[in-house]
Amino acid sequence: MTILTSAENFSHGDLQQLEMRLRRARLGLGVGVVGIVMVFVSFTSAYIVRQGLPTLDPRTNTLVRDWFPLPLPALLFFNTGLLLISSVTMELARRQVAHFTTATRAASTPNVFAGREGTILWLALTAVLGLSFLKGQWTVWREMEASGFYVASSPGSSFVYLLTGTHGVHLLGGIFALLAAGATVLFRRPAESRVVVLDVTAWYWHFMTLLWAYILCLLEFAR
Amino acid sequence: MGLVLLIIIWLITLISTYFFIAKTWWLPVGASAAAAGIDHYFSVTFILMGIVFVAAQGILGYFAWKYRDRGSSSVARYSHGNNRLEIAWTVLTFILFVGLNLMSSSIWASERFRPAQPGAVQVEVTGMQFQWYFRYPGPDGKFGATKPELIDPSTGGEGAVGLDATDPVSKDDFVTGTMYLPVGREAEVILRAQDVIHSFFVPGMRFKQDAVPGLAIHMHFTPISTGDYEIVCAELCGLGHYKMHGMLKVVSQQEFDAWLAARESEKQ
Amino acid sequence: MATGEFAAYGAHAHAAPQGFIRKWVFSLDHKVIGLQYYFLALTAVFVGMFLSLLMRIHLIWPSVSLPLFGEIKPEAYLSLLTMHGTIMVFFVLTTAPQGGFGNYFLPIQIGAADMAFPVINMLSFWVTFLAYIVMLSAFFVTGGAPLHGWTGYPPLSALPSAGPGEGLGADLWVTSIALFCIGALMSALNFITTTLDMRARGMSLMRMPLTCWAWFITAILGLLAFGVLLAAGILLLLDRNAGTSFFVPLVTVNGQLAGHKGGSPLLWQHLFWFFGHPEVYIAILPAMGLCSQLVSVFSRKPIFGYKAMVYAMLSIGIMGFMVWGHHMFMSGMSPYSGFAFSVMTMAIGVPSAIKTFNWLGTLWGGKIRFSSPMLFAIGFVSLFVSGGISGPFLAQPVLDIPLHDTYFVTGHFHLIMGVASIFGIFAATYYWFPKMFGRLMNESLARWHFWFSFVGTYAIFMPMHYLGMAGHPRRYSQLTEVGYLHSLLPLQKFITYVAFITIAGQFIFLFNLFWSMKFGKKASDNPWEATTLEWTTATPPPHDNFAGRTPVIHHGPYEYSVPGEPRDYVMQTDPLPVAVR
Repeated sequence: MTILTSAENFSHGDLQQLEMRLRRARLGLGVGVVGIVMVFVSFTSAYIVRQGLPTLDPRTNTLVRDWFPLPLPALLFFNTGLLLISSVTMELARRQVAHFTTATRAASTPNVFAGREGTILWLALTAVLGLSFLKGQWTVWREMEASGFYVASSPGSSFVYLLTGTHGVHLLGGIFALLAAGATVLFRRPAESRVVVLDVTAWYWHFMTLLWAYILCLLEFAR
Repeated sequence: MGLVLLIIIWLITLISTYFFIAKTWWLPVGASAAAAGIDHYFSVTFILMGIVFVAAQGILGYFAWKYRDRGSSSVARYSHGNNRLEIAWTVLTFILFVGLNLMSSSIWASERFRPAQPGAVQVEVTGMQFQWYFRYPGPDGKFGATKPELIDPSTGGEGAVGLDATDPVSKDDFVTGTMYLPVGREAEVILRAQDVIHSFFVPGMRFKQDAVPGLAIHMHFTPISTGDYEIVCAELCGLGHYKMHGMLKVVSQQEFDAWLAARESEKQ
Repeated sequence: MATGEFAAYGAHAHAAPQGFIRKWVFSLDHKVIGLQYYFLALTAVFVGMFLSLLMRIHLIWPSVSLPLFGEIKPEAYLSLLTMHGTIMVFFVLTTAPQGGFGNYFLPIQIGAADMAFPVINMLSFWVTFLAYIVMLSAFFVTGGAPLHGWTGYPPLSALPSAGPGEGLGADLWVTSIALFCIGALMSALNFITTTLDMRARGMSLMRMPLTCWAWFITAILGLLAFGVLLAAGILLLLDRNAGTSFFVPLVTVNGQLAGHKGGSPLLWQHLFWFFGHPEVYIAILPAMGLCSQLVSVFSRKPIFGYKAMVYAMLSIGIMGFMVWGHHMFMSGMSPYSGFAFSVMTMAIGVPSAIKTFNWLGTLWGGKIRFSSPMLFAIGFVSLFVSGGISGPFLAQPVLDIPLHDTYFVTGHFHLIMGVASIFGIFAATYYWFPKMFGRLMNESLARWHFWFSFVGTYAIFMPMHYLGMAGHPRRYSQLTEVGYLHSLLPLQKFITYVAFITIAGQFIFLFNLFWSMKFGKKASDNPWEATTLEWTTATPPPHDNFAGRTPVIHHGPYEYSVPGEPRDYVMQTDPLPVAVR
């Protein structure tokens, strides 16, 4: 996968370095994502098992199933929209850095590259959308509590809180990564650092969006 | 050093194998219908694995001595391996291991795949911290309802399992701390647990099954010798795990009927 | 000075650190981090051993009052047991071989200057260290450490009312394990990326030393397994603290309703063992890789069947994810599943057997040098065989009926996972000590240590198989209540007496380790005359391992006694004669 659109102002050695760092960072992120996926695979398996699990009612000595589907607040879908848009803004930031870094002799010009302001704008927008998503999730929790569904109220509600909560924690980590990426864009001298950090942050963010889409489908369709 | 290794490895192998063969400490005498089959299968596995054990350790010790560095007279053989040998011993090991497994599958199937026969003696076994209780369904052959709210372990007996006296079916149920079974008849045990996971283990019967809260697990075995058999708990259940034991008394059918009658009359 | 082919490369990503904090505390150097993991494991193993000593004393002298501790109550015994298992499995067996030696030597053995992500590497150690502190703190809180065993089955582990130590102690235990999972995942990330992306020129995957393969496969196992344990831990914490019922059905403890319903204790067991079985391979694979390395080096012969060894480790890794149900034959799981799991379990014995044949095949026709690393490697093979042979008994569900949850299981896993893996750690220490510290460990002391350990551990754990066959359940804090256990007491006494002696022997190792750092005989760069890349570096290796150069690899790592060569070993950086190939 070629990353750079124009490489005339990058020396061959620098370009190789950048390709290597990018490849390595992406590989590392991919591996890390597998680790996180396994957590959610386990949650999924617990979810499916719990739905079908009969438990012994000690009063009647019979096996009963106590699962019932939970109505999902509509706000959840609105939040999803926010997250999807944030992925778009994140991708714009990523591509902008990649493009503008190659267009200038960035390795020798500290702290300056064209389009820095634009990238910061997209990053900030992504962070705002991400935080709005998290605020929205928190509001969903409040709504559920208002209708009587706390974390322990029913097996279904436990899973809603579990899945949204764990995803939210990981997304918060992504927001910290966004802040770090912003700092890198603003202050870090080597151009390749900016490209690599933005790239890894962006792909992690996209994974968060995909993961959320999966969780939403699980909660909505696998009732 | 090579010789010392050989001697020590061979000695360890010899001594361990001796105690296995001499059966100094061994499985208790089998007293259930399944025991003969299980014990036979145990012996087959034991002999085959024993041969592998002695051979492998023997070769290890021998090679350690035979191929020791003897100075300039010994030259190591330059070889990266032998593919044919690899395939050969892979196939043989596979046949041995999987073959052993398939051989035992019929016993497992007969023990676990089929339910108890109609006419089996029914006992509900309940494990709780740190006591086993045994409920018999009485002449109506049905177990009455229990309620968790009625559970009171301090009363023992029916109170410990929370028997609901208002259910007409439970009028003839009774609960004991000792398990009685008639010899020669299949017994169906229904395993339950009140608080944490316990495990009902009767070594003489070659019987073990976890008692899991939230489940009523149906199992069966057939005692074939009269006598007293200790029951122990085989799943860590708390600080009293070591003293959660009971007794299974296998008696003749007449004695069993007499005992049942005595328990029933106590209830009236 | 190393001969062989090296190429120049650009400066290492970061310059050598200055100052005590950056050099030794928050170091980014994989070698320092490796040593940090190693010394963490060293303290943990002595803590774990001490706990087991207290356990053994209590079993045969239940009412004895120890200085400082007083009498050991039954629940205290169970806490000792729980913490012994947890500390040994996580902070010793999953730490020293991989985090310790893997961190130190993987980059060097593949010709890299460091791990792929040094900052993540540093973080993974400190997270693991934090996990260790949290684990130990469970001893000191109200109620003490939990008593539910390292396997932590709910409802016992989910209900504070189910026993002493199941309150705050259990919460700390779960939290510690969750932290450990995070540290392990970070570490796995590094190992996998480094192995895939940072091998030097000519170091194809099939030319890697088997130690590197072992660390690589172990990291993949860890990546896939620790996330599952983390998930299970989160669910358990929620059951304990948020009133959820993932694992707890409607139960009463001592007549009181516990406030849960509908959960499944078996769900925990499935999740835990889906992690737990790969975990035992995580514990043993690095030792297997090292054993392959050592039998080759010290027989002056190539490893017998390199490709078969690689495929065997890969098969063990893959199949390791398909056998978890063999821990659950008696659990109430469907007997049909039991059958499926048992066939798979017997099948996984095959690659392990192949490895054993290949180790023996390496010894065959060799020119064996009995240096201390080799003694422990041979010991490893013997222990692995012994521990492995008891496996097929437990793998058959019918035979598991009398043997499950008895001392037979305890003997089995201690031999094949505990002791064998520890022998791997000892072997690695004696082997790599000269490269890490520039001196050799004392050989006489090493031999004493070997014999104490080899004979001692057999004497401790082989008798446990007899106890198990006689029906002796495990995790019993006292042996006085059950009638048929009385006749087994002499054997228990014997085990305790031998344990005293064996544990005493470990202090020989401890002394040797620290004494040799200062006073050991000075070592050359390649005292064992081995061919892998770590022996081409200076001793200890410089910050970027290869002093500004990068090695170029010509062949595999097991070229010993090559016909026509002047020396009986050819470094990986030296070309082989064309005739041989």
